[in-house]
Amino acid sequence: MTIREIIKLLDATVCTGEGRLDEEVETAFASDLMSDVLTLKDTPMLVTGLCNIQTIRTCDMASLDIILVVRNKKVTEDMIELAEDDDMVILSCAYSMFKACGLLYQNGIKPLY
Amino acid sequence: MHQEYTVIEGDFVNAGKASSSVKKTLKQLNVDPGKVKRVVVALYEAEVNAIAHAYGGKVLVDIDSDKIRMVVADKGPGIPDIALAMQEGYSTARPEVRDMGFGAGMGLPNMQKNVDKLNVTSEVGVGTTVEMEVNF
Repeated sequence: MTIREIIKLLDATVCTGEGRLDEEVETAFASDLMSDVLTLKDTPMLVTGLCNIQTIRTCDMASLDIILVVRNKKVTEDMIELAEDDDMVILSCAYSMFKACGLLYQNGIKPLY
Repeated sequence: MHQEYTVIEGDFVNAGKASSSVKKTLKQLNVDPGKVKRVVVALYEAEVNAIAHAYGGKVLVDIDSDKIRMVVADKGPGIPDIALAMQEGYSTARPEVRDMGFGAGMGLPNMQKNVDKLNVTSEVGVGTTVEMEVNF
C-alpha cells in the first residue's frame, strides 16, 4: 500500500512528510516499547501509541522513517521538528492500535515476524 | 576523530543527541549503513541507561578508519551484579523511564548483540563504565 492509501484506510492525518505519500509500505511493526523497536533488523512502518520525543529518536537510531501514531495522541512541535530533520513521515489516526493493525493487515501490510 | 558529549540525569528530552550526532558523522564518513545502525543503537541504549539510572556522565567516541570505540561513563549507583543486569528482562528502571518506552531490561543485552566488543565495569556507589567497539 502507499502511504496515501494508508491515510485513507485509517482516516489518518499527516503531521509531517507530505512529500513522501506515494511511497510504498510493505511491513509494519506495532509497539509502545522502544527497547523492542531497537532490536529490529528491518525497517518497517512503526505503529505506536507512545508519543514523545524518544519515539522519534528511537526511529532515527533504528532507521525507521514512517511512524503511525494511534489513538489521537498529540504529536508535538518538537517531535515534528526532529522528524523533519530526518525526512520522516508521521501519521496520526484516532483508531486503537488493534483496529489500525487489523485494517493494515487485512489490506496486505505484512508483519516482520 | 574524537568526540565528547555530556549526559545529564533525567534529561530524556536530550537522550539520543550524542547517538544522533555520531550517526551523522559516520554517514558523512560513508560507513556501511548496517554498521552505522549497530553503532547508534548500542550507543543510544547506553545513553538512555546513563540518563535513566545515573546522575549524569560522559560519552566519549573515537572513530578510526577500521573501528569506532565508545565509552559511556556515568556517576551513579553502580550495578551490584553485572551478570544479572546482562540478563534480558532484568530491570530496575523507574516508572518515568518506562513511560518513555524503555526499562524493559533489554538495554545491555541489545548492546551486546550490536557491538563486537563490550566491557561493563561498575563500582557500587561510584558509577558504571560501558566500553564498546564496532569494527567497520
